[in-house]
Amino acid sequence: MTNPASIGQPLDRVDGPLKVSGRATYAAEHAFDQPPLVGWIVEATIPAGRIKQLDTGAAESSTGVAAVLTHHNAAAQTPFGEPGDEGRFTQSRAMLFDDHIRYHGFPIALVIADTLANARHAAKLIKIRYEPDKDAVTTAGQEADEIPEELDGGMEPDLFQGDFEQAYNDAEVTLDVTYTTPNQAAAAMEPHAAIASFDGDELTVYMSVQLIGPAVKALATTLKFDPDKIRVLSPYIGGGFGSKLGVHNEAILACLGALHLKRPVKVVQHRRNVFHNAPHRGSSVQRIQLGASRDGKLQAIGHESFMPMARGYEFAEPTGAPARTTYRTDALKSTHRVKSIDMPVADSCRAPGHAIGSLAFESAIDEMAYQCDQDPLAFRLANMPDKDPSTGQPFASHDLAECLREGAEKFGWQSREQQPGNRSQGRQLIGYGVASTIRVNMLVPSKTRIRLSADGTLTAWADMTDIGTGTYTILTQIAADTMGLPADRINIELGDSRYPPSCGSGGSFGAASSGSALLDACENMRTKVLDIARAQSNKGDEPAENARFENGQVIWGNKTLLLTELLNKSGEAYLETEGEVEPGDDHDNYSQHSYGAQFAEVHVDRDTGEVRVQRLLGVFSAGRILNPKTARSQLLGGMVWGQSYALLEELMLDDRYGTFMNRDLAEYHLPVNRDMPAIDIHFRDEPDPRSNRLGSKGIGELSICGAGAAVANAVYHATGVRVRDFPVTLDKILEHLPE
Amino acid sequence: MPVLYVNGKQVTLDDDPRTTLLDTLREHPNLTGTKKGCDHGQCGACTLLLDGRRVNSCLILAIQCEGSEVTTIEGLGQGEHLHPMQQAFVKHDGFQCGYCTPGQICSAVGMLEEVGNGEPSDVTGRGDVTLSRAEIQERMSGNLCRCGAYVNIVDAILDTADAHSLKNGGAAT
Amino acid sequence: MKPFDYRRIQTVEEIGRDEPGQARFLAGGTNLIDLMKHEIEVPDRLLDISRLQLASIEDGENGGLRVGTLVTNTALASDPRVRKTWPLLSAALLSGATAQLRNRATTGGNLLQRTRCFYFYDTARPCNKRNRGEGCSAREGQNRIHAILGASDHCIATHPSDMAVAVVALDASLTLRAVDGSERELPVEELHRLPGDHPELDTVLAPDELILGVTLPAPPPGRQLYRKVRDRSSYAFALISVGVILHVVEGKVDSIRIAFGGVAHKPWRAHKAEAALLGQTATEANFRLAAEAELADAKGYGSNDFKIPLARRTLVATLRDAAHSEEEVPA
Repeated sequence: MTNPASIGQPLDRVDGPLKVSGRATYAAEHAFDQPPLVGWIVEATIPAGRIKQLDTGAAESSTGVAAVLTHHNAAAQTPFGEPGDEGRFTQSRAMLFDDHIRYHGFPIALVIADTLANARHAAKLIKIRYEPDKDAVTTAGQEADEIPEELDGGMEPDLFQGDFEQAYNDAEVTLDVTYTTPNQAAAAMEPHAAIASFDGDELTVYMSVQLIGPAVKALATTLKFDPDKIRVLSPYIGGGFGSKLGVHNEAILACLGALHLKRPVKVVQHRRNVFHNAPHRGSSVQRIQLGASRDGKLQAIGHESFMPMARGYEFAEPTGAPARTTYRTDALKSTHRVKSIDMPVADSCRAPGHAIGSLAFESAIDEMAYQCDQDPLAFRLANMPDKDPSTGQPFASHDLAECLREGAEKFGWQSREQQPGNRSQGRQLIGYGVASTIRVNMLVPSKTRIRLSADGTLTAWADMTDIGTGTYTILTQIAADTMGLPADRINIELGDSRYPPSCGSGGSFGAASSGSALLDACENMRTKVLDIARAQSNKGDEPAENARFENGQVIWGNKTLLLTELLNKSGEAYLETEGEVEPGDDHDNYSQHSYGAQFAEVHVDRDTGEVRVQRLLGVFSAGRILNPKTARSQLLGGMVWGQSYALLEELMLDDRYGTFMNRDLAEYHLPVNRDMPAIDIHFRDEPDPRSNRLGSKGIGELSICGAGAAVANAVYHATGVRVRDFPVTLDKILEHLPE
Repeated sequence: MPVLYVNGKQVTLDDDPRTTLLDTLREHPNLTGTKKGCDHGQCGACTLLLDGRRVNSCLILAIQCEGSEVTTIEGLGQGEHLHPMQQAFVKHDGFQCGYCTPGQICSAVGMLEEVGNGEPSDVTGRGDVTLSRAEIQERMSGNLCRCGAYVNIVDAILDTADAHSLKNGGAAT
Repeated sequence: MKPFDYRRIQTVEEIGRDEPGQARFLAGGTNLIDLMKHEIEVPDRLLDISRLQLASIEDGENGGLRVGTLVTNTALASDPRVRKTWPLLSAALLSGATAQLRNRATTGGNLLQRTRCFYFYDTARPCNKRNRGEGCSAREGQNRIHAILGASDHCIATHPSDMAVAVVALDASLTLRAVDGSERELPVEELHRLPGDHPELDTVLAPDELILGVTLPAPPPGRQLYRKVRDRSSYAFALISVGVILHVVEGKVDSIRIAFGGVAHKPWRAHKAEAALLGQTATEANFRLAAEAELADAKGYGSNDFKIPLARRTLVATLRDAAHSEEEVPA
């Protein structure tokens, strides 16, 4: 009988009962003997400049206020961004450091009081005078001309293959279009929150953070603290999506408060703070040039990306990634330029580069297909690469074509009208769209330690995090499968900096990397167990490969031995092993991606231009599927994000102030339940041996790439209107729809 | 001192009338299940049942509820036994990060009651209320989920409603 | 929130005349508490009126309906009489907010909710509505959701309520109680102001004047439809909304009511469009002429220019749907 917890089974989330009963403890919810004091963040309301005057007297004497921290009285810290040679997740993130204002929303004071109501009200009593920087720059467009030092994920900013200009000029059919995507918010449902406490020696911080080891380093660097005296805990995280990779303002401020008052201090970002103080995804301008033969064979692909960068915070997305790797071409031009401006910090947001690069690029590819008078699906299939066009490397695996074909068949693509605007039902125009889906697949160093106890339970420790990705469950399955134990005999302990350093959550590498480390530890444990079995039963020459671990037993040759008995007989209360993973040659020598194909059907109202998605379908190739239930959920989530990027999300920048005017969840539009179409997801469940020992590939960010373009392409097919400024809101369609 | 009743137990309110129902709960050691997503009635994460009705607890002053019965996520189910709606959410994977989940579940429970009462929604039109997928989607639109678990949430609710209806001999849709 | 004195009153007589400071009535609180958290509303006293006996819906004279101010949006939308005879009102209510909010929001509170203008909500930005004379940040800023009719140089905010659009189309009236105990009737259409030189005043209510209830007269004959256009399919304020009641006899418009939401500082009764349509044949061309007549003075501010064609198209579409519908509300 198959172990319901083995790899590949749709095991219910092991943290499910806690989450559905409200017993999973998120950062702000950890209990203390005495309730922590509450800190309220006061934000700067100019984009750049300095604080000229800060009058906190009335706030300090307001009811319930314990302290008001400013740059005048906050603890000494390492300057923001230092040391420069550290990565951005371990550099100093100093707050309340000096009178300099980095962006609109930058914290300039922390009011600490006994209750939220007292802190929030006292904050209104603070008087601030600014000296604004007259030369503040709050927008960035195609004039961006700084070359970023590197792109997130390590790609080179500029890449040229062949002679792009020649190939483009020689092409029979050319396309030169410019797309834009707006500033976007990660908008995790849990606002960033932290509770810091200092007992005179050790600083303990409950946080909501995706990477724990780097968080300790960042806190140590910032606060000039011994990292061994800092403990960070993040067992449950209410969504991250990149915005909780690093250490952000609330954590630093809570620590400063705790150090100042020698009492626990809790800082929860108000939702309006989150729009400034959690990193956001910066806007982009993408110029795409495509050249093809008359029969639709691409011969030149050009992609230029222009994005803003928060001044003093080096980060740039690899927006050109899909253009570099999806389709065959001998001539490739891909460049990235940034412009430092006075805006809130932009950093990784779900699928950096691919998410918005695919929105534009897969739309441009669609345009090219129509220009060549080809079916957009056939056009894509006719341009599949046989090696990575950007590097010449072979692909570790490549079944994008199969995804497209299988998806087309399941979606009913063949019933599509060739010409746009040709199908309607009542007042609704109907359209179909397709897009290729591609996301880089990574393996990142990770470690773990496990203990097999004499009572037959197994515990694993890692500072790994579960941000809704299902880590607790996947790791349970890997342990259950390898050690032959049921799920309820396995404890996965995560989210504590005292545990072995893992890869953390990000870049879709979590399951593969922490899972591979656990697999390694479990295999080491099997070896240890077999050594004991060998010693106890004189099975000196029985090959280890023949041993099976099932149902809490070791089945070896003609013997069945209970794990509990083996351990009890050995006199050991428990056995411990460690495991780790490092990316190997396969990640150097091969181009590693996960793939998919996505299809959308939309209805567009002829009268109002409202777009409503009817169907989404995706076929995904992500190696071996460790848990089809949680994998499907990840893909569902990404498709919802993609639809949202196509139709809804936009941070509305007011360039006079350098802030976003729709800084709340009423006006920053995320999809609601009613926006959901019928969503159909299929896996091509085939292990990829070059990816990692589990054969799995990254899923967390896969489906966001391409979902949006499929929707936008469907809007074009329905209406004949091509909108190149995302999101595709009704006003942009309306002006082109006949009345 | 003013009190209200949370999951059948008496909770004394603090003397600051500004304290919301949500903060009263979240500052209570065993009642952090109700979540704060926006504090301004725009996300639904704070949804609970007040005298049986689903409401956003962030926009209610605790003092307004003096004497009322509040049911939070902790009050659904009995101890270790999950409420059928909670079980269905686990079975259908109606969550990922779990932060919106208590609000979703309380909202769903309240919603089924509203449907049972024949209260219409924006998709009902002139006729009787039936529990179709379209109805559930509209009725649950007051609970945002950034992880995008909506489709599974609807499956979980349909599963629970079907089981409930079958149990009571009612007509399921 | 600024500290305040909370008092729960059992009778209207307790609404004091001579007490110092500013008071606000608290019913559901779904708008007021939101604004108090931002310290945009800063009352010294909160009078919780939720225990007053004002939560019933009673049959009125001549086929009308009297709705107590404390009737929740859910109760009003679900009432079988409202669904049957005033379906425009039920539809408008159900298109707004969410069930959680409708379960708390009251009839009076819904009418008195304040604008959603981004700059009104951002207390760091000049706003003539929050502080008269400060300036209007929306005119040159992000104004996608702002007014195209009836705005002034000082304010381009819109009123966000769907219910208000319906009651204005239905010619409802309010019963008001002044602080001295005297009562008056006021047509709902006169409740909300245009911003003019006093954008800080949303309504014509006197300080501490309480809405006791709304009276719906029997509706005119015809098909009642509410169409709300929004960026996402639910839980969103209207970009444009339209309420119509259209009665066609032998191809001609015999009775017509039209009101817009999302276009102005108040729900916009489209008197010009109504006059242009009455007695005309119920054709798309005439619907369009009527819309153009109403929107002749419409003006956009940059990000909301699209609202002008959208309002026109939505009105035409809604009238078209009303005209083609087989079912009419029995007279």
